[in-house]
Amino acid sequence: MKTPYRHYDVLDKWSTPSFDAPTRAVLTERLHVLPPRRFFTPEEWTLLQAVTARVLPQLDRIEPVPIVPWLDEQLWAGRGEGFRHEGTAPMRQAWRDGLAAIEAEAQRRHGCGFAALHAASGDALLGVLAQGGADPALWRAEAAQHFFIHILVKSIVAIYYAHPAAWSEIGFGGPASPRGYVRLGADERDAWEARERE
Amino acid sequence: MSAQEMQKMQETPRATRGRAPDVFTPGGWLPMREYRDAEAVDFAIVGAGAGGATLACKLAEAGFSVVVFEAGPFWRPLEDFASDEMAQQQLFWTDERITAGDDPIALGGNNSGRGVGGSTVHFSMISLRFRPEWFQCRSQLGYGFDWPVSYREMAPYYEEAEQALSIAGPVNYPWGPARRRYPYREHEMNAAGLVLARGAEKMGIRWASTPLATVSAPRGQSPPCVYRGFCNFGCSTNAKQSALIVWIPRALRAGAQVRDLAMAGRIELSPDGRASGVHYHRAGAWQFQRARNVVLAGYAIETPRLLLNSACARFPQGLANGSGLVGTHLTTHAGPGVWARFDEEIRWYKGPPNMAVSEHWNYVDEGKDFHGGYAFMSQGPLPRAWAQLLATSRGLWGQTLRSEMLNYNHMAGLVPVAETEPRPQNRVEVTHETDQYGLKIPRVVFAYSDNDRRLQHHAVRFMGEMLQAAGGRDLWTSQDTSHILGTCRMGADPATSVVNADGRSWDISNLWICDGSLFPTCGGVNPSLTIQALACRIGARIKRLASSGEL
Repeated sequence: MKTPYRHYDVLDKWSTPSFDAPTRAVLTERLHVLPPRRFFTPEEWTLLQAVTARVLPQLDRIEPVPIVPWLDEQLWAGRGEGFRHEGTAPMRQAWRDGLAAIEAEAQRRHGCGFAALHAASGDALLGVLAQGGADPALWRAEAAQHFFIHILVKSIVAIYYAHPAAWSEIGFGGPASPRGYVRLGADERDAWEARERE
Repeated sequence: MSAQEMQKMQETPRATRGRAPDVFTPGGWLPMREYRDAEAVDFAIVGAGAGGATLACKLAEAGFSVVVFEAGPFWRPLEDFASDEMAQQQLFWTDERITAGDDPIALGGNNSGRGVGGSTVHFSMISLRFRPEWFQCRSQLGYGFDWPVSYREMAPYYEEAEQALSIAGPVNYPWGPARRRYPYREHEMNAAGLVLARGAEKMGIRWASTPLATVSAPRGQSPPCVYRGFCNFGCSTNAKQSALIVWIPRALRAGAQVRDLAMAGRIELSPDGRASGVHYHRAGAWQFQRARNVVLAGYAIETPRLLLNSACARFPQGLANGSGLVGTHLTTHAGPGVWARFDEEIRWYKGPPNMAVSEHWNYVDEGKDFHGGYAFMSQGPLPRAWAQLLATSRGLWGQTLRSEMLNYNHMAGLVPVAETEPRPQNRVEVTHETDQYGLKIPRVVFAYSDNDRRLQHHAVRFMGEMLQAAGGRDLWTSQDTSHILGTCRMGADPATSVVNADGRSWDISNLWICDGSLFPTCGGVNPSLTIQALACRIGARIKRLASSGEL
């Protein structure tokens, strides 16, 4: 993963007018307080670690952005999006059903659990789900595709791109209160923004 | 504040013991008048958003006793709002709802709001008037329904709302009838908006700096906008002129009481069939506020839900539902996006998300194979929302998604506010499943009509050509919606509408509605300014009705 913003770290702005107290409080917790496992079973947790490693691979990172603990925390707290599609299970049940079905797909196709699959096999299996090719005996109609894209992937990327490391990677200005920005035009950049390919 | 402290704050009402949060001062308070539950107030208003907060202000300033009930918290933006997409999900209404139909609408995000100020706390601040003909849509343009008010009647209230919100906009706005200049000068255009401008100039259509409810110069205790770009996640500097910082402090000063974290569950009727008050859940218990008038301002899902959930022996189909129309004719704004990569750095995270607009297709009727219109604006999604759109619209994940995200600073896009037709089958109902208060949860059913699809097809094609003309490459499209409207429409005839032009129920004369539910048609612009103008008008009408003994 070659970021064009190699020398940019959004956290360098921590003590500048771009980071106010409420933002620092929220990010301190995100960076330093990992929630414990309270919702998933140990087996689900291990499986989800393996799935997340395929959905959001971070082999380039010495310290990967933690994702599974935050998924667990959201589900434990019952914090959802505020709606579910008719005919689909409530949020917590949808996660348990979806993970169980991914595991069953792995057993059916490879005779082992998902966590034991090679990266390429794991990607291929998830690709089948994403394309709507899941085993109808394990999933209700369209449920696999919906779960994979609209619940699993959507939730995982939401956690990754809420982390300062991801903001730095894509050159996002990050928190900017109260300082904000002055130079708004194309190819214009304030001194406290990321410089591309320096 | 830690997550635990945040959680606690969200469960403990702040506006109590004769004081309410001062939104302009960390830890600060304003004195607040308090009414006892047993004391029948002139108006109990359910919901403190664009409709409810505005009306509360107007009625309190007219001398009425007013209590406003808001299901969510009473924020102090300076201390409660982090510059963070994830933490600020706290602004959305995330109680469980079912979404159904051929084109189910994503709920709980941009089209919802929970907290004093409602969704104006996180809205994009786009403040556009309706095209005058839309108020007589059926008779002048041949589709939808006529409103029971004309543009001529609405114009002074648009003016009032624009002044109250200190809208920053162009000296000369290119569309609509002649009007006064906007109260504040327009904002400097960001690069994302300049892409729209460049495309519009190549296509030979007009564009403008979007009239926005965020100040371009100091105003009272609001500093000018600093272009931090988190507008859709709450304004942490109070530059945004939300209902929370504009109407609510005025309402409090005029003697209104706000009850935060107070969820209304049922409207009570007296034996004579008039509304007698509101049952609400606050601080762990059901309570009952007596009132001489009840106003519903919970927006187009919660308002019909409350009417339906208040069904009783006398009105088994729900209150104010003699027409059978409560919950029906739901409209939304379709928002199919077109996105493209540009050679230059756009950095669309800077500035309000929608700084440039074209209303060309709201005002040109020739060359369309559909009824209705759309405005479209430049865009500025933040990384979390952008990654989710890449995942859900393009099915990207894995290394592909991470690579695509590296283009973030080079992206620009256009999204319309695209009109949909009001149709009876698109509706809000209540299910048998109940929520944490024991109230039946809503089910929202929606499908696009053929006309809706033709309109969106036109928008996608036109915006795509424009982005290409502006130099965009690798175009792709997405699907989304914004705003929910029209589920308790106003009208001139009790048989074909839920309330009259004053928002007054045809069936129960002291029951009123004042929010986006009223819209007979949704037009091709964001609704908040029209909701606030309607609230100003309803406030003025109630004052007049009271003085002539017709309340």
